[in-house]
Amino acid sequence: MNATAEAMAIPTAVNAVPTTAAMPASIAIDCKLDKVFYGDFLAVRDSHVPIEKGKITGFIGPSGCGKSTVLRCLNRMNDLIKIFRFQGHVHFHGQDVYARNVDPVILRRYIGMVFQQPNPFTMSIFDNVAFGLRLNRFKGNLQEQVEKSLRRAALWDEVKDKLNNSGLSLSGGQQQRLCIARAIATEPSILLMDEPCSALDPVATRRIEELMIELKAKYTIALVTHNMQQAMRVADKTAFFGVDISKGGRTGYLVEMGDTQQIFENPKEDLTKKYIRGEFS
Amino acid sequence: MLNPFAKADTVDSISGPPSQFDYGWDRTFQFLALAGAWMILILVVFILWEIGGQALPAMRDYGLSFITSTTWDANKSQFGILPQIWGTLYSSILALLIGGFFGIAVAIFLTQDFLQPSLAAVFRTIVELLAAIPSVVYGLWGIYVVIPALRPLANWLHETLGWIPLFGTSLSGPGMMPAAIVLAIMILPTITAISQDALRLVPYKIKEAAYGMGTTHWEAILKVIVPTASAGIFGALVLGFGRALGETMALAMLIGNSNQISLSLFSPANTLASLLASSFPEAGQTEIKALMYAAMVLLAITLLVNLMGTAIMTYTSKKFEGKK
Repeated sequence: MNATAEAMAIPTAVNAVPTTAAMPASIAIDCKLDKVFYGDFLAVRDSHVPIEKGKITGFIGPSGCGKSTVLRCLNRMNDLIKIFRFQGHVHFHGQDVYARNVDPVILRRYIGMVFQQPNPFTMSIFDNVAFGLRLNRFKGNLQEQVEKSLRRAALWDEVKDKLNNSGLSLSGGQQQRLCIARAIATEPSILLMDEPCSALDPVATRRIEELMIELKAKYTIALVTHNMQQAMRVADKTAFFGVDISKGGRTGYLVEMGDTQQIFENPKEDLTKKYIRGEFS
Repeated sequence: MLNPFAKADTVDSISGPPSQFDYGWDRTFQFLALAGAWMILILVVFILWEIGGQALPAMRDYGLSFITSTTWDANKSQFGILPQIWGTLYSSILALLIGGFFGIAVAIFLTQDFLQPSLAAVFRTIVELLAAIPSVVYGLWGIYVVIPALRPLANWLHETLGWIPLFGTSLSGPGMMPAAIVLAIMILPTITAISQDALRLVPYKIKEAAYGMGTTHWEAILKVIVPTASAGIFGALVLGFGRALGETMALAMLIGNSNQISLSLFSPANTLASLLASSFPEAGQTEIKALMYAAMVLLAITLLVNLMGTAIMTYTSKKFEGKK
């Protein structure tokens, strides 16, 4: 646990960003998380994760390190859990998303999310993609926008002849790309991906990874992954989270964050080094 | 049972084949399950055979005019059940509209995080208790509570909006509306219980997807969760409708047992089940045969409704869930 203490002592470069005013224009969403509780349980502490515009930020770390929790703070998905409590701030376009007067529903309209398990709605492929458009009362050409989203999600050629079939009739990898199409149809600026490939086979995983790299030209992506190779392949920035068991519970925290190459080739922290060498997972 | 791997069964090995007793138990259980399934099938066929056999003479005598004519007069041996068919369907559809709306609303209310779990459990028990109230008690409650409570409103509607066929008559006592209201309450527990199961079966990941898209609580419920559970909710409505079609005692007490076809919500009417219950005790030989025919028609209607419901459910699950 020495490594843990060291990690705490050394301030990372990003900690130098204190307020929104000082938030550089290259940051799409700035998450400074002091403490996150589920009931009395301290789940994550002291993690400052700025997500850069137009880049893929990978969140890696052992199970239970809170990387998913941090990701879900960005669009307040954790609010669905009643006992969830958040201390800190998440700045998005100069506004703290956890401010009292912010309705998380509005926030989630601007931040797309793709989940661990493919979760298309029990509707046709077309209706799945059109869901967000209808929700936002899209006035333009629905057909066109659906096609564009499906093309961008690299699914169009496989489904163009069966748009009226159920979304659930597709294979797992196709379902996940459908979910990506659904998420990007409304052109959100940020895409959160919570282990999007963990339920997929290697071929489907490959396709989604290629897709992510294509998508970052237009979207800012935050990606939680359990797979270090995946972070290495696709992420520009990598945040490594560790688990602190010194106070009895398992509390996650940010060990270090930096360019992916630096994290994997020249990590500052001992704990990161050990994790990357595969000494624990 | 021959063990082809007997050679693997060495002194050291703990593994071994299932004993004769295990196999016997397997076979016994399989036999019992199969016998149970067959028994149900045989019972249904037997009931159909028996009632059909007894109804056959009346079927031969009256033919299809039994279904299309409107008088039921045992003295003149004139038997027609169109008013009863009308009353059965009309009361059941009204009950389905009322009970379906409130039943599904209650199911949504109890499953979609509007209440604390403990409080929701209390409400759930109360709704289930509605199913435990005997039919005859519902009938009495209808006579002493629903009809008097409904009468001023019904008569006011009749006086002011009497030109609408629905309010064409005044409510003097028993009638379609009090019967339909009580019937709606009687089928509500069925609809609520099964809809709740269907709503609870909607995977959490689907709800998450809805909220992730930025839906409000109600948008998530109405646009995603209820449509996902729609096959189950539809099944609940079919079962509720089936119950309403066959419900006897409370209706016999509340509907007025008058053989007329009227759109008016306040005029007395009759149903097939109520006709059977009220006429059997004093029926003569020919009337009993006619009643058997009426029972056969009621059976056919319920069967048809259930078959149609199943067909629609299979169709929707194919279309929306991609099941083959």
